[in-house]
Amino acid sequence: MIRFEHVGKRYDGGYEALQDLSFQLVQGELAFLTGPSGAGKSTLLRLIALLERPSRGHIRVADIDLSRLRRRHIPYLRRRVGMIFQDHRLLHDRTVFDNVALPLIINGIADHREISRRVRAALDKVGLLGREKYYPVTLSGGEQQRVGIARAVVTRPPILLADEPTGNLDPALSGEIMQLFIEFNRVGVTTLIASHDMELVGRLGFRRIGLLDGRLASDLAAGEAA
Amino acid sequence: MKRPTARPSRGAARRGHGGLARLRAGLSAWAIAHGRALVSSLGRLVSMPLSALMTVGVLAISLALPALFLLLLQNVERLSADWDRGASLSVFLDLSVEESRVQSLADELAQSPPVQAATIISPDQALADFRRMAGMDEALDLLDDNPLPAVIVLIPDPGLGAEGLQALGAEVQAADGVDSVRLDLAWVERLQSISDLLRRAVWLIAALLGLTVVLVVGNTIRLAIQNRREEIVIAKLIGATDGFIRRPFLYEGLWYGALGGLTSAVLVGGVRLALDGPASELARLYQTGPILVGPGLGGFGLLCLVGIGLGLTGSWLAVGRHLAAIEPK
Ligand SMILES: Nc1ncnc2c1ncn2[C@@H]1O[C@H](COP(=O)(O)OP(=O)(O)O)[C@@H](O)[C@H]1O
Ligand SMILES: [Mg+2]
Repeated sequence: MIRFEHVGKRYDGGYEALQDLSFQLVQGELAFLTGPSGAGKSTLLRLIALLERPSRGHIRVADIDLSRLRRRHIPYLRRRVGMIFQDHRLLHDRTVFDNVALPLIINGIADHREISRRVRAALDKVGLLGREKYYPVTLSGGEQQRVGIARAVVTRPPILLADEPTGNLDPALSGEIMQLFIEFNRVGVTTLIASHDMELVGRLGFRRIGLLDGRLASDLAAGEAA
Repeated sequence: MKRPTARPSRGAARRGHGGLARLRAGLSAWAIAHGRALVSSLGRLVSMPLSALMTVGVLAISLALPALFLLLLQNVERLSADWDRGASLSVFLDLSVEESRVQSLADELAQSPPVQAATIISPDQALADFRRMAGMDEALDLLDDNPLPAVIVLIPDPGLGAEGLQALGAEVQAADGVDSVRLDLAWVERLQSISDLLRRAVWLIAALLGLTVVLVVGNTIRLAIQNRREEIVIAKLIGATDGFIRRPFLYEGLWYGALGGLTSAVLVGGVRLALDGPASELARLYQTGPILVGPGLGGFGLLCLVGIGLGLTGSWLAVGRHLAAIEPK
């Protein structure tokens, strides 16, 4: 589903954020991307959604060779990749409902009832049903992150990417958020979650891809000890 | 896994059976998406009424001024065409020309294409006219002979214009027995060159003010793009196409243009109404037809269309220039 072949990423200014990185995620897999701050986790996720182009190597996502994907097709790739950010990236002048409905509208869904039904279903999954009319600032950090997750899954994308989704949350809330991802993964969504919280990630027992200074440092299968 | 093909609606429509129904659904989704953008961009204007009103006001004045100048120009041209009709050529014949020759010359001239009518003023008639003028009677009694020549007054075809009149005059001048031709041309020419000058000035001003409209809308949309930068970034992150992101801004420009055009039409109508009284008073004094005419419903409609066109142009330029620079990071 996601395949990196000798991928390198050099930022303008010459910094090598990723070097000769190869790995693969099969369909329906859940993996954590671990490593200290600055290891290149965010860069890797951004390459998958084509927020950046690799400097070297090839990336395939859902059988698409990203190096061959033309600019005008990028939006259609991003619709298949639900993205979740540490800072939520919600629209603060829109209600929870409008935030979660945005991907549906972008996807060209016009039927009001269908939009309403799917937004409610997504909010229900993240435990926020009844908060449709709230504005994001009136919600707690954990709740805002749930809205971000609802927005990412409302179009039922086959791939979910999360960049430090629990970075600002306390351990209990972090665990709950991770459980949400595990549930989505259970229904077949290929999921890749970047986190530097080794302790939390280790406890969950999934595959862990470890980065260090832009290189693959370890790749531990589910259940394998560090 | 399928490749991300075209938009779901279009891609679906192309695929085999049930195609027509899907096409219809796709079309209605397309129409709904555009309708949504149209309404929401108007909603944004309404949500900041003060700045929107000021922008619309600037646009309205920028559109109304050239419209008023054009209206003025139109009326000057119409009036000068009217006055052209009053132009005539007085053909003074040699004193030696016989009366019969006068008649045949008049007939000949009347036959030539640019002449509508030829009237003879015989020396006797001219003298009689002269006598009628106060104080001339005694003076004329002193003369033995009638000193006045025969005159043929030519009425040219309307719309002949100054050059046509001049050519006609030269032609007549060359005819046998003609002493001199007097053209009452000076004022026709003057009027024409004034309206030429006016026309050029008005179009220049119109072009400049049109450019003003484009720039004002462009700048307004540029600010709107800046204000909604975060929203644009997020929309791109979750797969919005350039078209989707462009649309509300283009419609915003369209609304500015339309509202500016509409308001300018009201302004022009108001000015027109305010000038109506004095204009008809002037017409009464000079006993002419109506002095101020137009612009009519078509003119008002055109004003709105021009506003929409310029508004769209302005927003198109701003969108092309500033949207591409915003990429999610
Ligand atoms: N846009 C950028 N331009 C230049 N350097 C960057 C950019 N983004 C990230 N980097 C650098 O690349 C390295 C990896 O960053 P990042 O992928 O954010 O790591 P992580 O998410 O693991 O903390 C860091 O040293 C960072 O400074
Ligand atoms: Mg990071």
